Amino acid sequence: MPRVLLIEDDLAVQKGVTLALRRRGHEVEVAASGETGLLALERLRPDLVLLDLMLPGMSGLEVCRRIRESKQVPIIILSARGDDIDMVVGLEAGADDYIVKPAGPEVLEARIKAVLRRVAPAQGEHGAGPAASGAERYGDLTVDRTALIVTRGGTELPLAPSELKLLLFLSATPGQVYSRQQLLEQVWEHSFYGDARLVDACVMRLRGKIETDPRAPVYVQTVRGFGYRFGPLA
Amino acid sequence: MKPRADRMRHRLTATKGGSRLPRGLRVVRLPRGLRTRLLVAFLLTAVFGAVLTAGFTFQRARSAILDRAQQGAVADLRAQLDSLAPGLTVPPAAADLRALSLQLDQAGGAHTWHSGAAYRDGPLVSASATAPPVPRQLRQAVRRDHRAVYQRFEHDGLPWLAVAMPVRYATASPSSDATDPPTAPGDPTGAGTDASGTSASDTSASGTSASGDTSAAGNEADSGDTETSGDATASAKATASGGAAAIGDAAATGDAAASGLTVYVSFPLDDAEADIAALLTAAETGAVPALVLALVPALFAARSVLRPVRRLHHGAERIAAGELDTRLDAQGHDELAALTRSFNTMAATLEKDAAELRRMEAGARRFAADVAHELRTPLAAMTAVTEVLDEDAASGTLPPDTADAVRLISDETRTLARMVEDLMEVSRFDARTAPLRPEHVDLRTLIAKSLRLRGWDGDERVTVDLAGPVPIRADPRRIDVVLANLVGNALRHARPPVVVRARAERDRAVLTVADHGPGIPVHALPHVFDRFYKADAARVRSEGSGLGLALARENALLHTGTLTAANAPHGGAVFTLTLPLAPSPPERP
Repeated sequence: MPRVLLIEDDLAVQKGVTLALRRRGHEVEVAASGETGLLALERLRPDLVLLDLMLPGMSGLEVCRRIRESKQVPIIILSARGDDIDMVVGLEAGADDYIVKPAGPEVLEARIKAVLRRVAPAQGEHGAGPAASGAERYGDLTVDRTALIVTRGGTELPLAPSELKLLLFLSATPGQVYSRQQLLEQVWEHSFYGDARLVDACVMRLRGKIETDPRAPVYVQTVRGFGYRFGPLA
Repeated sequence: MKPRADRMRHRLTATKGGSRLPRGLRVVRLPRGLRTRLLVAFLLTAVFGAVLTAGFTFQRARSAILDRAQQGAVADLRAQLDSLAPGLTVPPAAADLRALSLQLDQAGGAHTWHSGAAYRDGPLVSASATAPPVPRQLRQAVRRDHRAVYQRFEHDGLPWLAVAMPVRYATASPSSDATDPPTAPGDPTGAGTDASGTSASDTSASGTSASGDTSAAGNEADSGDTETSGDATASAKATASGGAAAIGDAAATGDAAASGLTVYVSFPLDDAEADIAALLTAAETGAVPALVLALVPALFAARSVLRPVRRLHHGAERIAAGELDTRLDAQGHDELAALTRSFNTMAATLEKDAAELRRMEAGARRFAADVAHELRTPLAAMTAVTEVLDEDAASGTLPPDTADAVRLISDETRTLARMVEDLMEVSRFDARTAPLRPEHVDLRTLIAKSLRLRGWDGDERVTVDLAGPVPIRADPRRIDVVLANLVGNALRHARPPVVVRARAERDRAVLTVADHGPGIPVHALPHVFDRFYKADAARVRSEGSGLGLALARENALLHTGTLTAANAPHGGAVFTLTLPLAPSPPERP
């Protein structure tokens, strides 16, 4: 039973989402503000956080950043703001996915399941073989597919679930170019028409953690007009 | 001056380049710029002034020169006759006339004239072999008027002057002289000279020099006396006629009488004509530089007018281009400076109004977005529980009425949610903030994915007709919106099968969605893409938001594509989406 922490100030949405998720078998805790949400996070240790951006007091973005400072718990933003800038800012704050209200329970359920899956579904089938061989080295970077640990120069990197999944997916086939839509489908399990900015924001965050110079990336490279690829390392 | 005009036209054409005139029109167009017009006006003024001045001066100087030449000739002739006439016998024989003519020719002095003399209607006798050219009108005039007359005429292509002077008997002492034969010389000279003294001034007054036209001034009364005086004064002393005032008086009293002898001289006006030609040349050489000089103030005037005009032109263009903060430098106190100030006032007002409009528009847009956003939160709560409602309504545990009501609320909640989403999307298009994130894709892939996403891929009501690759560069989400709306619309309103067809045709990707329904009523065709348009007012509200086709078209336009609706010849509606074809299909892993 995944435990979900819902940080949302609107009573109706609290009730509605709680009802829907409980009906689908989730355990739901509710916090009405960012501050109580952070406290509940320590206390409950949830599997996932559903976060509203417009909160009284501490903003949802701030809550997101605070959580990311110490925890790698999956965060899904649930916001009534669907415009570009809101989405980009929310994703840069470290969220793994972004759902625009109103969203039906089937959408919520699908996104939650996707974020909770530790590896991309494509790798669940094909990646099993190489994963058994243990850690792979790419320059300074070590990727352990079994333990799901990434280290750079011996230090373990705190990667958010989406960042880790993206890195695992890309590094499974170095040099292979993936379009944003493909990555959305494979890593985030969105429909083909998901929002590509999700990928861009995640790539930026990932680069900030694994690259020496995020503006001249060597691991996750941009193929202009087509998408991204892992390597090749010079 | 011609190259200047050419350059002007050139520049003018260059300025006109900005305007959107068809090219052919511009070529035949005459230069109509202010500069050209100012220059032409200045030049015309200068030409007019120069021509007028030169013409008047020329006219005056010419008549003065010719008058002087005539008066000189008349005075000389009179003086000669005064001295020669007393020696004449009346009536003279041809030899006498020839001798007189010879004497006159020799005494010509400054005038190289040809002289001749005639008695009454007799032939003109001349000293030289050929008679001097004398116009017939002159002879008639002098015979009629018995006065000294002159005429200007053309001879051998040259201007000539002919003077005719009748000789009269002296009037000084008619009684005593009556017995005196005209052969008596010397005596009447005093009277002759006397008469000529007055006549000289008089002749000039009476003779006119209207070219080619003989004119004679004299007393009408004279003419009647010709015969009698000729006879009666056979012994009278001859004298040069022409003292109109003195002789006129005498003639009136019957004292003086014509002798019947008339002397003619004619000579070319070469010298006078040369003077006139020189005058003309001087006028010409003066006028041309004057015209050239007139260009200088003309150019200055044009410059001083055109510079502010050009500034205003550029300013207006900048305003038109949306730079509403454009202000122009308004120096001076002339009309153009006033115009420039008005321009600045206009620009300021415009800027203020535009800012106000923008503010209001932004406010309205924010309001629409805020409304939609405020609707989203309660909708989020309602949408989240629709599934709960659906399950319970289907479980059979609720009373039938309640179950129906619950189902109704669940369905309408979903419709409402979709409508709010569409409204927000429409407001994004209106605010031009709808983002386009194009990718290289194959339209066939998009179609397949769209249909699968909506569960239409296995639906026998939907037929897909895909042939070769159709590479496009498009935002997959937006093309999905178009497809979902077109196919959904066809499934709701028409009979299956719905045929989705995609082809690459030349440089366009063409997607058609055809159904087998009744088609679109002709009156509705132009409006199917209007917002909230319902083809049939009585038609029950569909599950669409009424914005679907409007959004589909907006999405097509965002891709620089087109979306059109038509009826197929065999019935059924056909929607056609065209998009620019991508240059090359991307590599796909």
